[in-house]
Amino acid sequence: MSTETNPPGADLPEHPDFLWHNPDPKKTYDVVIVGGGGHGLATAHYLVKNHGITNVAVLEKGWLAGGNMARNTTLIRSNYLWDESAAIYEHSLKLWEGLEDDLGYPILFSQRGVLNLAHTEQDIRDSVRRVEANKLNGIDAEWLGPEEVKRICPIINISEDIRYPVQGATYQPRAGIAKHDYVAWGFARRADEAGVDLIQDCEVTGFTVDGDRVTGVRTSRGDIGCGTVALCAAGHTSVLLDHLGVRAPLQSHPLQALVSELLEPVHPTIVMSNAVHVYVSQAHKGELVMGAGVDSYNGYGQRGAFHIIERQMAAAVELFPVFARAHLLRSWAGIVDVTPDASPIIGHTPYENVFVNAGWGTGGFKATPGIGWCFAHTIANGEPHPYVAPFSLDRFTTGALVDEHGAAAVAH
Amino acid sequence: MQLIHCPWCGPREEVEFHYGGQAEIAYPERPAELSDQEWAEYVFYRDNPKGAFAERWSHSAGCRRWFTAVRDTHTYRFSSTAKPRRTGVRV
Repeated sequence: MSTETNPPGADLPEHPDFLWHNPDPKKTYDVVIVGGGGHGLATAHYLVKNHGITNVAVLEKGWLAGGNMARNTTLIRSNYLWDESAAIYEHSLKLWEGLEDDLGYPILFSQRGVLNLAHTEQDIRDSVRRVEANKLNGIDAEWLGPEEVKRICPIINISEDIRYPVQGATYQPRAGIAKHDYVAWGFARRADEAGVDLIQDCEVTGFTVDGDRVTGVRTSRGDIGCGTVALCAAGHTSVLLDHLGVRAPLQSHPLQALVSELLEPVHPTIVMSNAVHVYVSQAHKGELVMGAGVDSYNGYGQRGAFHIIERQMAAAVELFPVFARAHLLRSWAGIVDVTPDASPIIGHTPYENVFVNAGWGTGGFKATPGIGWCFAHTIANGEPHPYVAPFSLDRFTTGALVDEHGAAAVAH
Repeated sequence: MQLIHCPWCGPREEVEFHYGGQAEIAYPERPAELSDQEWAEYVFYRDNPKGAFAERWSHSAGCRRWFTAVRDTHTYRFSSTAKPRRTGVRV
């Protein structure tokens, strides 16, 4: 190990002594947010900051940010194909770029760029098209050939005689990673300071309904009255909507990820491959963080099938031969809610004071500040923010889908 | 990896199978009379329970036939697999 530079992880900040209060629920709140993950906490933060709404509870059935937020692979990028997606993800990326100052808390946002690999002629055409679409939306993007890919990520195998040779990649230099726990804690601390009640170990078990309004939330810690309900429960949104008798085109799937043991810095950027279903970055401490595609079947079990990991590892080792002797440290699955067009569902429900934010599939983390901002606006005004208006539930009836299967980057 | 019981071939490894989503989704009897909302529900809406779920699987690397399985989406355990009913199939 070089003595001239800090070892990996040496620049990680210390854990703070105090994070947030742990209050009992009050009888009633202006806004009850269901789901204490990244999206719920960010929504609470921007309700306070942008709209002055502080009589807010965030209800979390487990511990704060212990669901998908604790299980994700922390990638942040905005290189989506369609204008509607580009708008919300780029809004989010711009917020990420100032988030540390906004939260007054370190989040270790590291803009190390993302390479989305192309392996076939058709991949190349789709990738170049997406680069041009990104540029038209003011998003940094370029198309790179195999040699340029190798220059950015020297450990990648660009040999032509592997099963799926690297034909090039799209590159978004402003993409990056952040420390997911710190992001959640930063939002939680800010919201807590402003008077938002963050209530853990509080599972929503039903709703009290009066006509087309919800008057309260039934929880494992008693009934809580509410002015507005905001659902931010990711993979469990269908379970909540079932309590309300509302259907949405969501399917919950396990999405697996894993990390290696700590290694010297070897992997300077993020590499994703849609075709061979692996994506890799190296965490601040040095773990290789790898994600796969979603398991094909519906599941709520926060684990998945082993053969998915096997295929993912085979792809990773072919692309990065240097990984061959790295040890796997742990694996896990988050439960992602997938929609038919691989875009989220945000906005009105049949109940006039219930708003839904769901269906982010594999892309929720990168949207955290952006959706918090736009969902807070939606809740405060009773109307969708312009950035989320295209993602209404009724698009499946009107046919105005936002088909992001190509840019979602992980097979849904 | 778990064993899945193909109704024709018997227990085989999970990798031999392909998932087909919710079972028993019948094609609309009078398609011309469907509203946009009803079409949306037929095309896009499926149940997503946390618990027992009737779904279709294909033994794609074996007999290549489709069957109906009841599986718990929380524990992933299969409670039954059966040859599909013939309802809604034009013969």
